[in-house]
Amino acid sequence: MLKLIGVLLVAVGFLFRLNTLLVVTVAGIVTGLVSGLSLHEVITMFGQFFVDNRYMSMAILLTLPIFGVLEKYGLKEQAEVLIKKAKNASSGNVLLIYLFIREISAAVGLNIGGHAQSVRPLVAPMSEGAARAKYGELPPKVKEDIRAHAAAAENTGWFFGEDIFIATGGILLMKGFFDSVGIHVDVWDMALWGIPTAISALVISAIRFRQLDRRIHKKMTKHKPTSSSKTEAS
Amino acid sequence: MKSILTLDTIYYLLGIIVAFIAIRIARDPNHPNRLGSSLFWALFSITFLFGNVIPPFYVGCLVIIMVLLASFNRVTKSNEAETPAEERVAHAQRLKNKIFLPALFIPIFTIIGTLLFGKIKFGNWALIDPEKVTLISLAIAAVIAFIASMGVTKAKMDVPVKEGSRLLQAVGWAVILPQMLAALGGIFSKSGVGTVVSDIVSDVLPTNYAFVAVLAYCLGMLLFTIVMGNAFAAFAVITGGIGLPLIVHMHGGNPAIMAALGMFAGYCGTLLTPMAANFNVVPAMLLELKDKNAVIKAQVPIALSVFVINTLLMYYLVYHF
Repeated sequence: MLKLIGVLLVAVGFLFRLNTLLVVTVAGIVTGLVSGLSLHEVITMFGQFFVDNRYMSMAILLTLPIFGVLEKYGLKEQAEVLIKKAKNASSGNVLLIYLFIREISAAVGLNIGGHAQSVRPLVAPMSEGAARAKYGELPPKVKEDIRAHAAAAENTGWFFGEDIFIATGGILLMKGFFDSVGIHVDVWDMALWGIPTAISALVISAIRFRQLDRRIHKKMTKHKPTSSSKTEAS
Repeated sequence: MKSILTLDTIYYLLGIIVAFIAIRIARDPNHPNRLGSSLFWALFSITFLFGNVIPPFYVGCLVIIMVLLASFNRVTKSNEAETPAEERVAHAQRLKNKIFLPALFIPIFTIIGTLLFGKIKFGNWALIDPEKVTLISLAIAAVIAFIASMGVTKAKMDVPVKEGSRLLQAVGWAVILPQMLAALGGIFSKSGVGTVVSDIVSDVLPTNYAFVAVLAYCLGMLLFTIVMGNAFAAFAVITGGIGLPLIVHMHGGNPAIMAALGMFAGYCGTLLTPMAANFNVVPAMLLELKDKNAVIKAQVPIALSVFVINTLLMYYLVYHF
């Protein structure tokens, strides 16, 4: 039971909004120490895992300089121009189309998209642009709502599409696990049985994006964005 | 077989990019935290350039210095202003849809690379490390897209340094959070936190009912993923501790269906936890959201609804096929 102290530390740390890096480091050190590792061993593990997982920062470090240049030269603005030409475009529709493309492409084994590669430079500006074309300048709270849902579209599409394809990390991990305990499982079985859940994730997201559109419509028609929108933003 | 391009090649490139940020901050007299911020990015650069040669213990020490710098608010963004909106609109009107070309090159060349580059060989040398095809293809695609973006915009060489540094500083110390959480997950696994969690779940629930076994497994995947921030880490522990003994051995469920839907239960957990920083926290920084939990809040209704449907699906499917 004492080993769960790290979990407790993380929960408390998040609750009191302490610096996440500090919380994670302290939780790791304390958990390691109560489980009988030495401080030297715990720090070594931090170093080893940090180096082994450097690929995690790759997409951001490589693509932000590119999008920094493109954004300076009007990438977001042009994305808005493009979306304004489309009829019936709404924030929710843009996100649903992106989610659909992301999920289907993941299901056939293609990893296109990503928060740094697609959501920030294209999907979020297009979704915001669609709302701006309809209602004019958006208050910060509405912008936040749209952007958060753009990130949600990316995550939902990728997670639930990915495991429909047999060669992704998730399926291979399951296969490896069953091999190690001596159970034969076909990779296609695991991939295909995922389809009903993948479809339900798509349908539920569609409902959520429809609700987002309604929320935007209500906010933007009820009272025009004035200084009052700022006070409720906290 | 040896490879010409490996992940290490790309890490050198990343190290150089990050070093540019450190140097830029060091030379910026208006930076609010010149020393601390510059040191943070310099240390991060060292982990890319020399991570393979420095013993892990010393890398760990460097990492802890980075954490302390961030904890004492010494790592902040610069005061550099964004390009004015009028200027961006003017560029957009001039360049029109050409501006999208470099952005589209990233997915296009990642796909081409994934399908083709892995097969290119020169005698005994492979062009890229066959084990890391997708990651290396992404890096190659990024380099091509970078060249294209400079060509399309005709920007000067200092623009990518300035803008890249500004955007990466906006993400700030959160950029190392995914790697730190991976380390925490590793320490949790090694310390046996997973076994404790799965013991508790199977102790308190009446798992002799077939439905309760499914519920215990799905809840275990959900909760353990929330704790670890990673469904893959939860999978081995919870499937070994709850799924196999209860659903497959005790109630005769189908292991393939259990695993496929069990992983999805874990993904619902990923949507709910700040521990999955690269999916939930880093994007909030990237999108410049005030509320760092806004992405998770947007995902809560999706995650919980899918979790319920997924659990019911598992109950109906796992015992019938």
